[in-house]
Amino acid sequence: MNSAVQPALDAPRGTQLSPEQRALVLRLAVLGLLGLALTLASQAFLTPGNLLNVLRQASLMFLLASGLTLVILCGGLDLSIGANVALSACLAGTVIQGTGSVLLGCAVGAGCGLAIGVLNGLMVTALRIPPFIATYGMLWILHGVTYWFMNGETIHGFPPAFRALGSGYFAGVPLPVYLMLAVLLVGTVLMQYTTWGQEVYATGANTEAAELSGVPVFARRLAVYAASGLMGGLASLVFLARLNSAEGDMGESLTLQAIAAVLIGGTSLFGGTGTLVGTLIGALILTVVLNGMNLLSVSANWQPLITGVIVILSVLSDAMARKRHGG
Amino acid sequence: MDDALQLVASSRRWRWSLRLLHSISGAAWLLALLCLVFSLVTPDFLSGANLRNVLLQGTILLLLALPMTLIILTEGLDLSMGALLSLCTVVLAVVQIATGSILLGFSAALLAALVMGAANGALIAAFDLPPFVVTLGTLGAAQGLALVAAEGRTTMGVAQGLRWFWEGSLLGVAAPLWMAALVWVAIHMLLYHTRFGGRVFALGGNREALRFAGISVKWSLLWVYMLGGACVGLAALLMTARINGGHPTAAIGLEFDAIAAVAVGGTAFERGKGGLSGTVLGVLVVGVMRNGLNLLSMPSSVQVAAVGVVVIAALWVDAARGRS
Repeated sequence: MNSAVQPALDAPRGTQLSPEQRALVLRLAVLGLLGLALTLASQAFLTPGNLLNVLRQASLMFLLASGLTLVILCGGLDLSIGANVALSACLAGTVIQGTGSVLLGCAVGAGCGLAIGVLNGLMVTALRIPPFIATYGMLWILHGVTYWFMNGETIHGFPPAFRALGSGYFAGVPLPVYLMLAVLLVGTVLMQYTTWGQEVYATGANTEAAELSGVPVFARRLAVYAASGLMGGLASLVFLARLNSAEGDMGESLTLQAIAAVLIGGTSLFGGTGTLVGTLIGALILTVVLNGMNLLSVSANWQPLITGVIVILSVLSDAMARKRHGG
Repeated sequence: MDDALQLVASSRRWRWSLRLLHSISGAAWLLALLCLVFSLVTPDFLSGANLRNVLLQGTILLLLALPMTLIILTEGLDLSMGALLSLCTVVLAVVQIATGSILLGFSAALLAALVMGAANGALIAAFDLPPFVVTLGTLGAAQGLALVAAEGRTTMGVAQGLRWFWEGSLLGVAAPLWMAALVWVAIHMLLYHTRFGGRVFALGGNREALRFAGISVKWSLLWVYMLGGACVGLAALLMTARINGGHPTAAIGLEFDAIAAVAVGGTAFERGKGGLSGTVLGVLVVGVMRNGLNLLSMPSSVQVAAVGVVVIAALWVDAARGRS
């Protein structure tokens, strides 16, 4: 909501870009520099195969992070999405193998994600539990249920028609990339060009002011958690199709990565600012970093450390920027 | 009739006993109920050996839950404790094996815990960052460091003398119980009998008032998170002795049990209300629940989910109380 005021303040300096556009350009520059550095460091980076792989990984991360972006925009947080992916994928996998019906499996996976999202939303809105602790409790409940349900077993081997969702190509581009573009398009139109989206921004920027000006805060907050849950369910299907197997601990590192992608993308934890395009760039940056570590044969043990440091640095820069703008 | 009732209600002793009844409710009732149910459904629950086991298992949790109470009182949260504790068991084991000295190993683990605690506190206090995201970041950092330091494996071969800290006893009381009791007393003194303690309550209940009074909240916040680090360092001594080595995922998720204990113990997440005795009861509730489900041969996944449900229920009650 500050963005309406900012350009007018910055205009005399002679720049045509709004602060949000500047931030996007900055992030693209970071992405470009990372790409350049990795091209120089490893011959394997700038090959079509690897770039497509990066794009596919980034699409998966974006699918997961897109719903989370809305939640954080709205001033909340969803720590349960990694666990949501695990449970949704395990349920969907079991149904696909049990009934042989891909469609039913997909419906169960997406429905499970949505149900978790709605539960999160109800805990935050109706029960008024602080979002981070409500979704953190949900994380452990889901972990417990998933481990209990799987009983330490792994399901693998799914029909090719389903696996195409994660590893198939259309016109030389991986299928998840199209999914990502579709979500990006629908989400951006929804957030930027509809009243609904603007109400979500308003709720995140200042809940009390939004409530006083007639925004149905309760419904908007419930809806963003539901969206985050649904995206978790959809992402779980793509993960399942990509990995071709499901087990209890599959989503453990994903929550931190998704939060990192959203925060690198410039969505503020303090609510009210951020875009889905930013989150896409954030997902790309994080994927390129992880891909680079892989190409340079850095042990996967370093991944949580790097992701954690990235999360802290992004929050830090967000807070510094707010201080500079007097926010 | 009405007058008589009013008279009774206004009499001080009646009000006091009502308040007592009210303060007992929650964690204590839950604990009593759990003990009753478990002693009815499984005969092993009430055995001396099992109750001793519950107390012993509760010590490490208490060491995390006590400082977590202070952190939550300041409207904060520390999600990194479990990962940090795992990291410290690795540091303790690696340094102990390299130098042959338990004291050096423990010092290194304590130092690592204090540094991470200080990092949490500094980021939260100096830059006004949201605690749950900062500590989620340091959770990743600690977990990564632990995996890298231990190369993903269990570090074995620590000195046998270390086991005394888990299995030994002094004056007939087990060593871990001594440590838990001493830390409880120390933190109790700190919270209820020092100016720092008063600030901890004010940080959650009335931060603006502190600012207007010109009292710097930053240092108090830093100390609160460093206290968390210190207690994790102490817990690492018990944990390493218990598992007889270091493991990079030894205590993953233990922060959730600690948060659960604090929530069940009646400490509010927004308003600076609550206290240590509730947390001790909360630790017993979580401990008894896990122990009882274990005796009923429920897998740890079911235990985790059950703790999660209890946490949500406790927070719901807390939120409802805050509204009224």
